[in-house]
Amino acid sequence: MQTKKIINDGNRTVDEMLEGILAAHPRHLKSAEGSPRSIIARDGPRQGKVGLVIGGGSGHEPTFLGFVGKGLADAAAIGNVFASPPPDPILECAKAASGGAGVLFMYGNYAGDVMNFDMAAEMAAMDDVEVRTVLTTDDVASAPRDQRHRRRGVAGNFFIFKAAGAACDQMLSFDECERIARKANGHTFTMGVALSPCSLPQTRRPNFEIGPDEMEIGMGIHGEPGIARGKLKTADEITDEMLDKILDEMAPTRGDKVSVLVNSLGSTPLMELYIMNRRVKQRLDDIGVSVHATWVGNYCTSLEMAGASVTLMHLDAELQTMLDHPCDCAMFRAG
Amino acid sequence: MTSIDTAGLKRMFDAIAVAIEADKDRLCQLDGVIGDADHGIAMALGFGAVRDALASLDLAATEPTALLNTAAKSFLNAVGASSGPLYATAFMRGAAAAKGKATLAGADIVALFQAMAQGIQDRGKAEIGEKTMIDAWLPAAQAATAAQASGKTVSESLAAALEAAERGAEATKDMIAAKGRSSRLGERSLGHMDPGAASAVTVIGAMRKSLA
Repeated sequence: MQTKKIINDGNRTVDEMLEGILAAHPRHLKSAEGSPRSIIARDGPRQGKVGLVIGGGSGHEPTFLGFVGKGLADAAAIGNVFASPPPDPILECAKAASGGAGVLFMYGNYAGDVMNFDMAAEMAAMDDVEVRTVLTTDDVASAPRDQRHRRRGVAGNFFIFKAAGAACDQMLSFDECERIARKANGHTFTMGVALSPCSLPQTRRPNFEIGPDEMEIGMGIHGEPGIARGKLKTADEITDEMLDKILDEMAPTRGDKVSVLVNSLGSTPLMELYIMNRRVKQRLDDIGVSVHATWVGNYCTSLEMAGASVTLMHLDAELQTMLDHPCDCAMFRAG
Repeated sequence: MTSIDTAGLKRMFDAIAVAIEADKDRLCQLDGVIGDADHGIAMALGFGAVRDALASLDLAATEPTALLNTAAKSFLNAVGASSGPLYATAFMRGAAAAKGKATLAGADIVALFQAMAQGIQDRGKAEIGEKTMIDAWLPAAQAATAAQASGKTVSESLAAALEAAERGAEATKDMIAAKGRSSRLGERSLGHMDPGAASAVTVIGAMRKSLA
């Protein structure tokens, strides 16, 4: 049986979504001339500023293009659903974002994205735009601790891009922006849980099978199988399972500060996210870790998948300043 | 067929597009088990874009190299993903191997095939046994080259390539993924054929049928 979606044509969903987004946010966003899948901040790129280009497959909205705007990313390259964009729109983003001080490419660590962004970086070098790449690898479930470089980038992107975007907006040097981006990634930890699958607009078939009473811990944001499947548990038990793993790696000490993101994978409602956040706060209180800021909602989705993720960013004074730095994007504002 | 011109290469790409379109759902299902279920879509999109781009070429005024470069660019820009850079690099290497030739003779076709496989490996940096399309492409290229060297016809060489690709794809069922999205599954990838190796068999099968 095919899933139900409000679409016109499964092959046109990305382009029609982009038309709708540009219609809704003309003050924030435009597409690059002749490259409709390169979304540029109207008030972002400027001379002497390190440019920040993010991007990846569609279907994770508001990631990536919702985080394009002053104080955050200068441009986002948009791929097909769950598929990396090809090099051309990435290159156009790099050119638009370049203020002569270098351009950072930041995106989740997936083989396809790496190949396409690397090809774009080589092409940008031929146009005298220096590109450096910082991959996000916040998904604790996707590889063992000693193989952090193999992990996927998921909802923690939001914190990592935010910190890097702030560094760029503060006109810091290319080296400093890169350092802060890497540090932000190293301080960010995410765990997800999936309850029901999503379906691609072109197939409208569930992209994995899961029993009516099951959940999968650690599932990826494209429905990649996670680390364990089991019976659906209570919100507190699920949140505990995630936090146990995150806190074990983060190893905070009493008095430390974190920022919290409780994110819906698509169809899990705010009600359930806030129930999870209640438990997150209890657990952090128990160990004397204070919450500097909390975000709850749809930040990195997986189409209509049911499920949620919890992300903690372990803050120090520098990262806290970067998170507090104002930004004004189409789908997110701070400060 | 002893040699192939630009029109013959176009027919080959048309045949691949038809074969992949027919195989799309199976490839998506294979990918759904260990990945994100979009491999068939990406491949169909890519070869559909190649077919459309080649349809607008003036074949009489186009050399094989230019046709292959057009195929590379159209595939890449339609797809992105992993298969985009991998197949685009394959066609670009094929284009380089065919440079300066108006028609490709038997040895040229096998050289083109070998260059494509090498391009995929160079771009994706996968080795045999890592459960990727390389497990089909590399043995296929080796089989074709060996058959050619022992005096076999193009048709026989490509038949040997297809057999090797099929064996390679089958062997991915017993491999634990070490590259690409499914590599995070560890042992849970066991027992399932790699969708990229499966689609490689479909591509190579269509090439053999079209070029034989």
